[in-house]
Amino acid sequence: MNAWLKERSELGVSAVLVVLGVLVLTDALRIHTDFAQRGPVGPKAVPILVGSLLLVVAVLLARDVLRGGRGEAEGGEDVDLAAPADWRTVLLLCGAFLANAALIGVVGFPLSGAVLFWGAAYALGSRDLVRDPLIAAGLSVATFLVFNNLLGVPLPGGPLMGVL
Amino acid sequence: MGGFATALTPTHLALAALGVLLGTAIGVLPGIGPAMAVALLLPVTYGLEPTGAFIMFAGIYYGGMFGGSTTSILLNTPGESAAVVAAIDGNPMARKGRGAQALAAAAIGHFVGGIIGTTALVLLAPTVAKYAVDIGAPDFFAIMVLAFIAVTSVLGASRVRGFASLLIGLTIGLVGLDEMTGQQRLTFGSLHLADGIDVVIVAVALFAVGESLWVAAHLRRNVAAPIPVGRPWLGRADLKRAWKPWLRGPFIGFPFGAIPAGGAEIPTFLSYVTEKRLSKAHRDEFGKGAIEGVAGPEATASASAAGTLVSMLTLGLPTTAVAAVMLAAFQQYGIQPGPLLFQRESSLVWGLIASLFIGLTLLLVLNLPLAPLWAKLLRIPRPYLYAGILFFASVGAYAVNADVFDLLVMFVIGVLGFVMRRYGLPVLPAIIGVILGPAAEQQMRRALQLSDGDLVGLVNTPFSIVVYAVVAVLLFFPLIRKLVRPEKPSSPEEERVEV
Repeated sequence: MNAWLKERSELGVSAVLVVLGVLVLTDALRIHTDFAQRGPVGPKAVPILVGSLLLVVAVLLARDVLRGGRGEAEGGEDVDLAAPADWRTVLLLCGAFLANAALIGVVGFPLSGAVLFWGAAYALGSRDLVRDPLIAAGLSVATFLVFNNLLGVPLPGGPLMGVL
Repeated sequence: MGGFATALTPTHLALAALGVLLGTAIGVLPGIGPAMAVALLLPVTYGLEPTGAFIMFAGIYYGGMFGGSTTSILLNTPGESAAVVAAIDGNPMARKGRGAQALAAAAIGHFVGGIIGTTALVLLAPTVAKYAVDIGAPDFFAIMVLAFIAVTSVLGASRVRGFASLLIGLTIGLVGLDEMTGQQRLTFGSLHLADGIDVVIVAVALFAVGESLWVAAHLRRNVAAPIPVGRPWLGRADLKRAWKPWLRGPFIGFPFGAIPAGGAEIPTFLSYVTEKRLSKAHRDEFGKGAIEGVAGPEATASASAAGTLVSMLTLGLPTTAVAAVMLAAFQQYGIQPGPLLFQRESSLVWGLIASLFIGLTLLLVLNLPLAPLWAKLLRIPRPYLYAGILFFASVGAYAVNADVFDLLVMFVIGVLGFVMRRYGLPVLPAIIGVILGPAAEQQMRRALQLSDGDLVGLVNTPFSIVVYAVVAVLLFFPLIRKLVRPEKPSSPEEERVEV
């Protein structure tokens, strides 16, 4: 059973489409159309269409998978499809990304950006304990200065930039 | 040409040059195609006024395309679909020690293709815009349906997966307040979602974050070494072989770019086949390093990029991922590309078009001498490369609204992009769905409003009927093909899919 499911893990995509379709449909049915509607077609029509089509495509995709069809994983310059998926790297990378989101408001971009870069480089296998943090800090501060001071795109400086 | 007066001010010239340099630098980096390059560099232009921003954009666009071919030729690993063909002969040339000639053929090919394509754009776009002013809501809706069907049916190996991707995009496009009634849709009471999800965030999430996560899962440990290269140049014999392909390419590329079933992979492949067929003396060299096989397709790719601008500027219809991101950039400034753009924003449009010419010239002037430097970028350690992509993706997403919530939205959509790559769902239909979905809904509702709810209101013009006929042919094409010619083995080149 497990092996059968693993071979057909693409059914999960169908499941996601079903969930999405149900979500869109229930949300659409909740919309009140009795007021504020201009014209014969209200705000409900398109969500109902999209939601229904999501369900249809989910079924078609499931049928394709059960008949032996497989989505072709995307290749690329740095992608080695022969190697098994490396979930540890992916999770570490997600962690680095979310760390930036959590920290940016608290400690400011120069620090949180450096954490993101160093964390991501570490996750992807770079282990140079001197060069990695230096590059991360340099890139982060330089980006902050270029965007915030040169290009006029504000980024939060945080306490660090207050001191400098 | 007032456009050149706009584009030739020192500031704008500097912006164009900066755009070309940044675009090439980012485009050369392995794993980054022009669409991701443009999406990642979008925040750089946020602080600029629109004209300057788009002039810089034009440079980024062409720079990114040329950068992609450099990767293709020196690494044999095309970063984007348009550069796939360039690798077939470009890489063998580089391995034979003729990398300098291959790069020169590509650079000049881009220049010639871009100049011819942009000239055609100048001649054609105002006319298209003039006719497009008269077309109504049903026609626009029909064209958008055509774009939806074309990106899901023409490109890509599996149509059901293309449609799944399109519907995911349409769903993301639904989030926010309904433009006509102000009703909340899929916002779940969140104020953050009431404004909708910014297209830039969706694009960066699907391209950059999705790609980084996907690469992380399957990172190649032994990276192919790029072939070192000197300053590009062409000898007389090479020039003699390359000039005809340079001139032929644009005539294949531009029309394919202009129709809403665009993308550069079909025309570049056609150009390659044409050159192979036309070449008498060197036919056996094809696949082993024929310069015609680089020159023709590269000129084609560049001209097709100019072609996509026709439908993007005059109809507001993006047909490639890059055009989609550019449209998002226009919307960022509250400018709606379409037939009225040439009247309302004529100085911006002509400035943009003039800067396409300037960008192309700068590309040739800057990139020929700088090529050895660009080649060095190919050696960047992969951890730094993908850490940098995530870093700048975060900067871009945060800069849109200065809101942490956007980073979380980007993460969720990035994970979606990862899953789509894993299961072969193409990314382009999703982007097109996000961008065109809301516009298509508006046009449909406007058309039905005029006809008082009668569905005939969608097909009451000759133009829309023709477009729907094309849609029907596209939809039922596999069926027709099966009836006419059963069981034809397909070649791997034709099956290639990418964003």
